Amino acid sequence: MATSLRCFLRSGKQAVLVVARRGIHRSPPAALQVTVRDALNQAMDEELERDERVFLLGEEVAQYDGAYKVSRGLWKKYGDKRIIDTPISEMGFAGIAIGAAMAGLRPICEFMTFNFSMQAIDQVINSAAKTYYMSAGLQPVPIVFRGPNGASAGVAAQHSQCFAAWYAHCPGLKVVSPWNSEDAKGLLKSAIRDDNPVVFLENELLYGVPFEMSEESQSKDFTVPIGKAKIERPGTHITLVSHSRYVGHCLDAAAVLAKEGIDCEVINLRTIRPLDVECIESSVMKTNHLVTVEGGWPQFGVGAEICARIMEGSAFNYLDSPVTRVTGVDIPMPYAKILEEHSLPQVKDIIFSVKKTLNV
Amino acid sequence: MLTNISGVLRACAQRNGAAAVVSARTYADFTTQATFEIKKCDVHKLDEAPATQVVMTRDEGLQYYRTMQTMRRMELKADQLYKQKIIRGFCHLYDGQEACAVGIEASIKLTDHLITAYRAHGYTFTRGGTVKEIMAELTGRRSGIAKGKGGSMHMYCKNFYGGNGIVGAQVPLGAGVALACRYKGTDELCVCLYGDGAANQGQIFETYNMAALWKLPVIFICENNRYGMGTSVERAAASTDYFKRGEFIPGLR
Repeated sequence: MATSLRCFLRSGKQAVLVVARRGIHRSPPAALQVTVRDALNQAMDEELERDERVFLLGEEVAQYDGAYKVSRGLWKKYGDKRIIDTPISEMGFAGIAIGAAMAGLRPICEFMTFNFSMQAIDQVINSAAKTYYMSAGLQPVPIVFRGPNGASAGVAAQHSQCFAAWYAHCPGLKVVSPWNSEDAKGLLKSAIRDDNPVVFLENELLYGVPFEMSEESQSKDFTVPIGKAKIERPGTHITLVSHSRYVGHCLDAAAVLAKEGIDCEVINLRTIRPLDVECIESSVMKTNHLVTVEGGWPQFGVGAEICARIMEGSAFNYLDSPVTRVTGVDIPMPYAKILEEHSLPQVKDIIFSVKKTLNV
Repeated sequence: MLTNISGVLRACAQRNGAAAVVSARTYADFTTQATFEIKKCDVHKLDEAPATQVVMTRDEGLQYYRTMQTMRRMELKADQLYKQKIIRGFCHLYDGQEACAVGIEASIKLTDHLITAYRAHGYTFTRGGTVKEIMAELTGRRSGIAKGKGGSMHMYCKNFYGGNGIVGAQVPLGAGVALACRYKGTDELCVCLYGDGAANQGQIFETYNMAALWKLPVIFICENNRYGMGTSVERAAASTDYFKRGEFIPGLR
């Protein structure tokens, strides 16, 4: 039923006319509730259809429909040539994907989680990221590395690391971290169309979460530009900057704080590299206070980079108090639920940091 | 043309009355091709070895010789420049191995693909780079094949994917190029080179597996110069039969 409803709505104006003639509903097509998983699936489906050179490879992506079902239905639709199941050989298949990109194809290389990308990180950095520069522009590498990043639920230390800071450190890569379904779909389409290597950091806990998708975002040409942050909630007293799952936590904290008269501006970074410093700076120049929120570890992290960039720019003079970073705890992720919950930023941690920064 | 030259020389010599030692035989007396016996190859999972007799024409021979000689002189010059510190960083030389590059290029087309490790100057030349571009790159000049941004280990040209600094990393890349050839439906193949040192890298075995599984049009070539960096093959490899290491992939030595 959901599929037919989606088809209906996709046809736009015609759908409205048909609906009106049937006399069921007079209102225009509503925004749709789409999970992040379905948004990613749509993005890949549309890009596979649009460009013959795009193909997907990774573990379990074809016959299993994806380890997290993100590539559901794609193998059935596109077949063995374009949706390729690989053996458990990250370094090997990442290298193969990069070689295919060098020879003119546009691969999407899925890592089951970014923890396993560490097996292949030499290929990602030395063979993909650096090649365009080393070859002085002779050899582009149009590839997307995607997969879930960061903490999941009870998967413990070796399966819960956030790689945003690791990849964002390297010139030659674009690093993208969507939050909601529109981000996921629009950014994945942009990443696939981009001629540079893009690291696309998803979040497993967000896959099943439905978000509203505007009619515009349901178009096959809808893309979200890489490198531009979005102000999810405008505010005046303090700026909260975050990416991925914690944007939601920031919005929840902002809702609670609003009742106490504190008006938070929440920025969804969307892209980690290149960082949209201008967006953060103009917000800080308005609110004079800044708190960064991320799931990764504090040292040398995304928040640390934001602090350095704010300090180096003109927005520093507008700060009324030092920037606070809310991050994951500086330990390998523990297993027990209560310990895991307390190892990651919670809404109460964000509220506490806001109040400390505002000195209230 | 050679016939004419020798004719002219003989005529000159006769006119001067000097004893014509120049040529008692004209080039036209030489044959245009010759047959050579070559060593029989060891085989692994192949029914028959390649032929032990090959025919080479004079033109081919001269071309191969010219190419190898140019490569030799280029590499020796690079060696000299490196010792003078005009070339910085790494400079892995190909002198002594020229026949490998020339032999490989003779059996593939320029529309086929090739990728190798860091000992790449020779292949850059056989794949279409000029000596000037290569030397300019080594000396960090803007007219270099990678505008001076790559250096010795990162030279690229059409259907040549470098020049790769990380030992063994080029092998999966080569299989990926082969995948692209098959995907696009062309009958091109990819020649993927690595050394005896790299032959012990895990990613190479991952690549053997996927290449055989998906039947990729790739030829893996191990250039065995008996030393992986400073370590001899006996001290590095449990099996020095590198042509058998592909196990389920047929091999030749």
